[in-house]
Amino acid sequence: MSGPSVGVRAPGALEAIEASARARPPRRLGVGKIGSWIIFLAGVIYFILPLVTTIAFSLRLQPFGQAYANVINKDPKFASSLIYSGFIGILTIVISTLLIVPTAYWVRLRLPRVRPYVEFVTLLPFVIPPVILVFALLRAFSGGPVPLTTSDEGLNVMVVAAYVILSFPYMYRAIDSGLRAIDIRTLTEAAQSMGAGWGRILWAVILPNLRVALISGAFLTLAIVIGEYTIASFLVRPAFGPYLSLLGHDRAFEPAAVSIISFGLTWMAMGIIALLGRGSRQSVQVAGAR
Amino acid sequence: MTVALSADAARGAPQARPGRRFNSAWLGVVPFFLFATLFMILPVGVLLAGSFEDPVSGAPTIQNYIDLTEPTIVEAYGTSIEISLVTAVVGGLFGFLLAYAVILGGLPRILRALLMTFSGVASNFAGVPLALAFTFTLGFQGLITKFLADSLGINLYGKGIGFSLYTKLGLEIVYLYFQFPLMVLIMAPAIDGLKREWREASENLGASPREYWQHVALPILTPTLLGTMILLFGNSFGAQATAYQLTSGSIPLVTLLISNQISGDVFHNIGLGYAMAMGMVVIMAVAIGIYARLQRTSERWLRS
Repeated sequence: MSGPSVGVRAPGALEAIEASARARPPRRLGVGKIGSWIIFLAGVIYFILPLVTTIAFSLRLQPFGQAYANVINKDPKFASSLIYSGFIGILTIVISTLLIVPTAYWVRLRLPRVRPYVEFVTLLPFVIPPVILVFALLRAFSGGPVPLTTSDEGLNVMVVAAYVILSFPYMYRAIDSGLRAIDIRTLTEAAQSMGAGWGRILWAVILPNLRVALISGAFLTLAIVIGEYTIASFLVRPAFGPYLSLLGHDRAFEPAAVSIISFGLTWMAMGIIALLGRGSRQSVQVAGAR
Repeated sequence: MTVALSADAARGAPQARPGRRFNSAWLGVVPFFLFATLFMILPVGVLLAGSFEDPVSGAPTIQNYIDLTEPTIVEAYGTSIEISLVTAVVGGLFGFLLAYAVILGGLPRILRALLMTFSGVASNFAGVPLALAFTFTLGFQGLITKFLADSLGINLYGKGIGFSLYTKLGLEIVYLYFQFPLMVLIMAPAIDGLKREWREASENLGASPREYWQHVALPILTPTLLGTMILLFGNSFGAQATAYQLTSGSIPLVTLLISNQISGDVFHNIGLGYAMAMGMVVIMAVAIGIYARLQRTSERWLRS
């Protein structure tokens, strides 16, 4: 759900803490080192076991790797659903960026009084779970002045719109903390004094400075969109989530293989975020209910 | 959701340039609010309006809300709340202990980095693939189920134990997979935020480690701890895909009842569906509201 910010601290603080830890053993809450190991190992087993068994399950179909070969080579829906979800994800990221960057920038620069309202709106997707959002969208756009549910194009518009809404909390968080790290006021004034207009300032000055924040927000959005099931299935989209769900009901070993591939994709997205976040003011972000 | 609202906001806006009309500043945020209104606020407004209408005649009524007291619906809310509470408390406590263990428990530092990365992935590994992974592990044909039966003679699904992954308990075990990593991710920076000076001050005043935790550290961490548990509550209360994939709707959850309403295949009363959705939004709003409030309290202490 809401992203906690991790690793945002003054430079040198970590080293100071480490040094102090070496000088004196840290105080403990009655849980000794052995207790810590037990808790940690319990966590590791719970984390790892489902993954290991899923990998083992996916490799049971003989010859070795056949389940993977089956989905990758023989199931055109695997590739097509992944491409569809990836494309929808990219579209979501672009639209979300176009909406959030100018808003977050403008709120910081000119409209600090509007900030509570913007934050409230970006918090709403947590209050409205995906199943209710899609229910509401279906009801609002199934008839009336803008019927979107009658055509593929309309349904695609709805699915992208829903994902953009879902992305608001963490895109806003990522971009806003990115803006906090740079001096937008000075940058803006410098750009203005050289004659740049607002569009140019945003595109050529602000955006490049938000690279890390944007990329981490983007990869999180991508990870979420690719795995999303509820909204895609109610809007009857040929997306990856519904594909995997159906496969899970129909086949034995292939869903294990696709689950592992899906886990690998999530891992990749998070890995890129973690890598980018190293040594910079960056937050680890987490997504909402599924 | 409430990181650093104040620092820059307090500085205030620069003076409006002479000649620039006041209203034009608002134009910059219009697209965002327009989009949110069109694709979130208005549609939910349609649900809200519909929940106060008779589905056939369109006349205003509160019958839909009265219908929420039907036993099946009360049971669904009860089950959803129970599962969310259990996973929030268990996930919260275990997540806190785990974060504590890797930060202050004297474990090698590398384990902490490992746990944080893994938590980032695991908290996002939800929905269909998660449900499938647990089916392969502890499901009826799961490898662990089979291993226990074949090698140790323990039949999880037998009469003696009576375990099933496709029940409330099973769902709770699965939900914990994305619940406690989230707790770890939020608690770790909070534990880091405990200042050395506080510990040293308590020591100088003669406090034992136990007293330090009881009177200083835990009270400071409590708002974060509670707030995050409430967040976890909302996280599992709103979940649909995981439960649907795992149980095909055999456990009555609010999200699954609403799903049935959307596809219209069980008891088609759309007005009731609207009211159920609104009930859910109200519960989520209360949870997120308390969370946001507690976050603000904890930030006062743990600002880094």
